[in-house]
Amino acid sequence: MLGLNKKDAGLLFFVAILLVFAPFLLNPFPESSSLAQFNAGYPDLMQRFAIFGIFAIGFNILFGLTGYLSFGHAAFLGAGSYASVWMLKLLTINVIPAIIISTLVAGVFALLIGIVSLRRSGIYFSILTLAFAQMAFALAASVLTPITGGETGLQTALNDPRILDGANETGNIPSPSLFGLETGATWQMPVGDWLFTFNAGYYMCAVMMLIAFYVSLRIFSSPFGLLLKAIKTNQNRLNYTGVSTRPYMLACFVISGMYAGLAGGLMVSMDPLAGAERMQWTASGEVVLMVILGGAGTLIGPVLGAGFIKYFENIFSKINKSVLEGWFSFMPEGLQDIFVTILYPFVGKGWHLTLGVLFMLVVIFLPGGLVEGGKRIGKLFGRRKSKDTETGETNPAPAE
Amino acid sequence: MSGFKMDRRGLLKTSAVVGAGLAMPTIFTSAARAYTNEPTGGSVTLGFNVPQSGPYADEGADELRAYELAVEHLNGGGDGGMMNTFSSKALKGNGILGKKVEYVTGDTQTKPDAARASARSMIEKDGAIMITGGSSSGVAVAVQALCQEAGVIFMAGLTHSNDTTGKDKKANGFRHFFNSYMSGAALAPILAANYGTDRKAYHLTADYNWGYTTEEAVRNSTEAMGWETVAAVKTPLAQTDFSSYVAPVLNSGADVLVLNHYGGNMVNSLTSAVQFGLRAAEANGKNFEIVVPLYSRLMAQGAGANVAGIFGSTNWHWSLENVAGDRYAGTNAFVQSFGAKYGFPPSQAAHTVYCQTLLYADAAERAGTFNPCGIDEALADYEFDGLGNGPTLYRAADHQCFKDVLVVKGKENPESDFDLLEIVDVTPAEQVTYDASIFGGELGSCNPGA
Amino acid sequence: MDQIVLQILNGLDKGSAYALIALGLTLIFGTLGVVNFAHGALFMLGAFCTVTVNRILNLGFVPEGATTQSVGGFNFGSPKETPYLEHWFGEAAGQAIVDWSVPLSILFAIPVMLLIGVIMERGLIKHFYKRPHADQILVTFGLAIVLQEIIKYYYGANQIPAPAPEAFVGSFDFGAMIGMDAGAIIYPYWRIVYFVFALIVISAMFAFLRYTTFGMVVRAGMADRETVTILGINVDRRFTIMFGIAAAVAGLAGVMYTPINSPNYHMGMDFLVISFVVVVVGGMGSLPGAVLAGFLLGILESFASMREVIEFLPGVNQVVIYLAAIVILLTRPRGLMGRAGVMED
Repeated sequence: MLGLNKKDAGLLFFVAILLVFAPFLLNPFPESSSLAQFNAGYPDLMQRFAIFGIFAIGFNILFGLTGYLSFGHAAFLGAGSYASVWMLKLLTINVIPAIIISTLVAGVFALLIGIVSLRRSGIYFSILTLAFAQMAFALAASVLTPITGGETGLQTALNDPRILDGANETGNIPSPSLFGLETGATWQMPVGDWLFTFNAGYYMCAVMMLIAFYVSLRIFSSPFGLLLKAIKTNQNRLNYTGVSTRPYMLACFVISGMYAGLAGGLMVSMDPLAGAERMQWTASGEVVLMVILGGAGTLIGPVLGAGFIKYFENIFSKINKSVLEGWFSFMPEGLQDIFVTILYPFVGKGWHLTLGVLFMLVVIFLPGGLVEGGKRIGKLFGRRKSKDTETGETNPAPAE
Repeated sequence: MSGFKMDRRGLLKTSAVVGAGLAMPTIFTSAARAYTNEPTGGSVTLGFNVPQSGPYADEGADELRAYELAVEHLNGGGDGGMMNTFSSKALKGNGILGKKVEYVTGDTQTKPDAARASARSMIEKDGAIMITGGSSSGVAVAVQALCQEAGVIFMAGLTHSNDTTGKDKKANGFRHFFNSYMSGAALAPILAANYGTDRKAYHLTADYNWGYTTEEAVRNSTEAMGWETVAAVKTPLAQTDFSSYVAPVLNSGADVLVLNHYGGNMVNSLTSAVQFGLRAAEANGKNFEIVVPLYSRLMAQGAGANVAGIFGSTNWHWSLENVAGDRYAGTNAFVQSFGAKYGFPPSQAAHTVYCQTLLYADAAERAGTFNPCGIDEALADYEFDGLGNGPTLYRAADHQCFKDVLVVKGKENPESDFDLLEIVDVTPAEQVTYDASIFGGELGSCNPGA
Repeated sequence: MDQIVLQILNGLDKGSAYALIALGLTLIFGTLGVVNFAHGALFMLGAFCTVTVNRILNLGFVPEGATTQSVGGFNFGSPKETPYLEHWFGEAAGQAIVDWSVPLSILFAIPVMLLIGVIMERGLIKHFYKRPHADQILVTFGLAIVLQEIIKYYYGANQIPAPAPEAFVGSFDFGAMIGMDAGAIIYPYWRIVYFVFALIVISAMFAFLRYTTFGMVVRAGMADRETVTILGINVDRRFTIMFGIAAAVAGLAGVMYTPINSPNYHMGMDFLVISFVVVVVGGMGSLPGAVLAGFLLGILESFASMREVIEFLPGVNQVVIYLAAIVILLTRPRGLMGRAGVMED
């Protein structure tokens, strides 16, 4: 099916199902229960899952296949973001040109950086990409302020030209839209005490992610992908057999950069702002962590890793002391205090701590990342279910 | 699609949801609302979006304390704080418009992207009707734009750049805090009086939006007093060691160093400047002086003894009423209330966010609605008093508050960790008022969303 | 001329910090082959050793009969404490000890950091020698976050001042010393102290590795671990100790850095990226390379931040380190002094 073998087709189908039903899967708790805090089925986070999923899938094409660890991938995401905000400002509020241009701009950017950086391998390559990205970040945040909006970020404005759109008389900045359908448009479906939210922008991201995932499946199983894997295994031997690896590496780097650009374009389409800190090394580091956490070189791992990190960032940071007190309010006062005191350092302003601890636990106990965890659970439940659990990782909510 | 576009972004436990009960799923319905996140139950949710990680986490923590205090007071708890001194008596301690005030918190990480993600989750997931907080202008501008688009009110926290209510002003955004222009206008006369009008200034400016507007403001107002600007050097925001920027200052012909830095930048650059002997030095036959346009208590704590005798400006200080008298009524009530609960006096960030929360609640109460357009109208050219800053005007043209500005300097012998600044002078509001059009930008019209 | 001398001094000073951190990092990274993202956190822990010592020295008791302190007329301050030190040794001696808390912290930091290093290696890193670099990145990054958050939980996010002893406060006229006009080059004492301290630590490290049997074995182990193991030498134990020493070097760099910049919980992250760049530019597996690159990049950074340079090339001060790294890595494939085959695949 679609040029995929049975296993890959199954995986694609599985991802498609997850994406379509994410609004249900991510909102497992009733609205009025205190566990509703853990619901992740609201538009912004669902969009982020899909967008960072794309980013991580793209990064995995480079890192998972060739073993080249780019530490500057956020630069492409940033470049794509800026390009698409400019499209929204100058051309039209329709997101299609913005997304196309962002992918292309990131591709060109990746080509330029790739040509230089791929002259070195290993750690030297990593530092070269890091250096380029940090330069891009530093310049975007300061001297390039007229183009990038500096530290505040680049935004759409009331008086933007938008030459393809008619005059704007509403007194409000138009929202990004897909042929008139605003990416923020949301429908809600109450079922009993549950409330499920369907967001146009999310489904747009989901479709893009499905396509991105499909392309990545094809690349992994193609002769091109095989050659990239050979580069990872032994580049020297490949060179001795007369294969020039450079063009393949460059193609891979550019594809990976375009994925990042697409992610950047989608981010802007959902929320029209591009900030310089998207290019900082911490952002590059984040995608590295996502991929490793999920399982580098696996197909579904990067997506899981992306969901995992974004989930903790967005959900755990919002649990404050009064929420905790609410949860344990059924307990006698002394016991409640003890529980709140123990948990408090790990939530709210301590969400980084939880993330750090989980990074360590995952890598210590699950070499191979979350996918490995899925496989182990799969084995526990016997062979029949193993395919499903490949994606059903330890944390139920952000299963994206 | 317009028929289907019944609800944008809003999602909340509406009464419709509860009412639907276990009935058949009512597919694709939602209550027809007049505006985004119209509260339909017995409570109303506010979103407190403050930095909880990164360098400004402590400032964010202080803001959160003030928010919690404000919520307590609005719901009728505690001693009422500044609600007792506030000139408007619309608030009755029964929540806002009879609805109990609830809140959600989030982490801005002092990054525009993260701050917007956090604010969106408050609007989309928690049904927040108003977003407030923040400790940087970049974040304030970004979140303000988001709130404008989403159709909720944004009550800015600590943001000092002119842009927030200048170039990037928005109809749904309001700022109580003062700005760079006011700092410059308030500081210049004091500097001239203390250091003379024949001075040569050297500016070190953090290389980002706030730094630019502060440098511009201080330059313009000091140059108007007769000062000369020798040089203005931009320093990277991520810089930690300022030695290579500070070292050349002494031989540059300047006799005043202006540090347009905030937070960690300021702590480090001031520490470097003191190390390089600038405080003790003489130049052009005068004592060398250092000026810090914007002070905060956390900065003063971080820089320790180095701040002694250094001039700067702040929005508010907890000793204001004791030093400058009844005009600043409300200050003591707030400090008493905050201190009794947390054991130490509030910072200016805590004060401004407490005021913002009260002002929002009061506006909603007077407007009789949470509709952003109603709030907009209620705050337009609204004059109030009793919130610790003296008589204050919320200007309709740019949604900026105009009030007296404090000129402070670092204390030589502080009594405690919280007593680091002393008030030198209070510049009356008239002296720092400017024409709303000078910074450009368009307010647009209020957006109720939905 | 004076400006150039001044910026060279600044560069040496910045370079000292870079070199010290890179030295420890390259021991772990270039030789043990572990990508240690927690190295910046070790630097930060060192700095907080100083803060801790300072707090301990300032521990006090509430004298009998003391009432809550009034803060500007409000009665919510806790009662003023009298430090034990002042109580035991008298006011003058007590204050002198507190004044010297930064140098005193060295004594505290060496055992603490050695211990932290050894625990880290035995408890965690040991299991990752044979794991892919990716796993090492994840686990050490996680560790760095955890260490940071623990410090943040106990000490807050704000910077905490830790001044140098009174004797080293202020600056001296370096220009007059080298025969230039008086007042042309004023330089702070403590920064000179930091530079000299860095030189001492770096030389001590080199001497240790060069002239002791232990150092010889470690160097042999770096070059060919397998052969050394076959010879019956317990390389593992020595590597553990090396890890401890690397942690101690990073920690000491942090201790002495506190008077230059007040420490806060994520100062380690600020240095992390730079120190990786320094190590790689110096060349993988080369200790002299790391030191050389540290000073070189420090000096370049200082020159690039001169007003004359920024006016000519705006923004160059922000990118010069990365630009230099790119140029060096493109002209010298293995950095300044790197060995072939280390971390190249």
